[in-house]
Amino acid sequence: MNIASDGLKVDTVHVWRGDRHVLQGVSVETHPRELLHISGPNGTGKTTLLRVISGLLRPEQGSVSWCGQSIARHRLEYQAALAYAAHEPALKGDLTALENLHFSVGLKRRTNAAELRAALDRTGAGVCADLPTRVLSAGQRRRVSLARVLAMRASVWLLDEPYANLDTAGSDLVSELLQAHVRDGGLALVVAHRDLSLDCHVRRLELKS
Amino acid sequence: MSVGAWEAFFLVILREMRLSFRRPEQLLQPLVFFLIVTTLFPLGLNLQLSLLRDMAPGVLWVAALLSSLLSLDSLFKSDADDGTLEQLTLSGQSLTVIVVAKTVGHWLVTGVALVVVSPIVGTALGIPTSAFATMMLSLALGTLTLSWLGAIGAGLTIGLRRGNVLLSLIVLPLAMPLLIFGAGATDRAMSGTSVAGAMYFLAALCVFTCTLAPFAATAALRITVE
Repeated sequence: MNIASDGLKVDTVHVWRGDRHVLQGVSVETHPRELLHISGPNGTGKTTLLRVISGLLRPEQGSVSWCGQSIARHRLEYQAALAYAAHEPALKGDLTALENLHFSVGLKRRTNAAELRAALDRTGAGVCADLPTRVLSAGQRRRVSLARVLAMRASVWLLDEPYANLDTAGSDLVSELLQAHVRDGGLALVVAHRDLSLDCHVRRLELKS
Repeated sequence: MSVGAWEAFFLVILREMRLSFRRPEQLLQPLVFFLIVTTLFPLGLNLQLSLLRDMAPGVLWVAALLSSLLSLDSLFKSDADDGTLEQLTLSGQSLTVIVVAKTVGHWLVTGVALVVVSPIVGTALGIPTSAFATMMLSLALGTLTLSWLGAIGAGLTIGLRRGNVLLSLIVLPLAMPLLIFGAGATDRAMSGTSVAGAMYFLAALCVFTCTLAPFAATAALRITVE
């Protein structure tokens, strides 16, 4: 057993996209009650790193481990503890916000409409609960996707640009949610360009081109 | 509380059904295509019922295969485009369960609809009502098999911009046995001879794809998601 067996460890990960060496030996370690802020100029592989950490993308070299165990070997258990919000909100335009949440959160844990509505209310998307998501604005969709992360009650959050498309109140809300999650013993990995001034333990990882 | 595989399976099927019924035009287009293509044949040929009857099983099956292909393209593509496929992959459920549920859900709305309207087409082509049962059962087996073949093709082509042409090129050669035995079964039912041989072949193909295609489709999907 590893000493730091409760955390997430990225060990010299290399990823090539065609001829491009996107991630050149990235190593980082992070633990619960901590937020990892991933930043860097465009095209330096922030999203790629997040995809590698989520297990969507297999690195050509290096490994990712969670609680001391390789995520490639314990993929399903690991992904069940994961909430990933990609840059695109991943909502079906023909389904209502509530249905969207029901079908994606429902695969992770048993849930009910009241709980999902509460999550939507918490992120300020309660008014859109019964609207098809294709009529929502980009900011509202972002709020719905945040509500999904919240409703999954996962211990690891992977958020790709959670501040995009949000107004000031929305940005404050994201910061608030992140702080609450980290304080409750969760782990959050956030890709963001702006400075995060959060009242919790923040570790920084800057990717360079 | 974690969610079991069966629960996840039915949830994904329910999602597929609800999405299809929210977009009825997508559901109806392949059906209308099926009806139009098959009614064009009697109009284009000179009206000899005997000639039409000879060609009916082949026409029916070719039209059914082509119209099934129309809807296969969207099996994984829309989910891949809007990022829901990533969410499904990361759901903590086995991707194979999700692929099976999506394919079965797809067949339940497209394949079953095709089987249901086939008597109309059969009547238009002069197929006797005594052959309808065989025709419908063979179509049910054939469309399910085709959905599985299509799932592999759709999994391989989601990353491509004009993947639907390639999808046809991948799936149609594999669907040739279906055409041969499907049309053969219908033909034999029309002439009143035993259909057992052809139907057993169709059923065997169906079982073969039902058991192996889920794994192939999952592998294809995993490659393209990366």
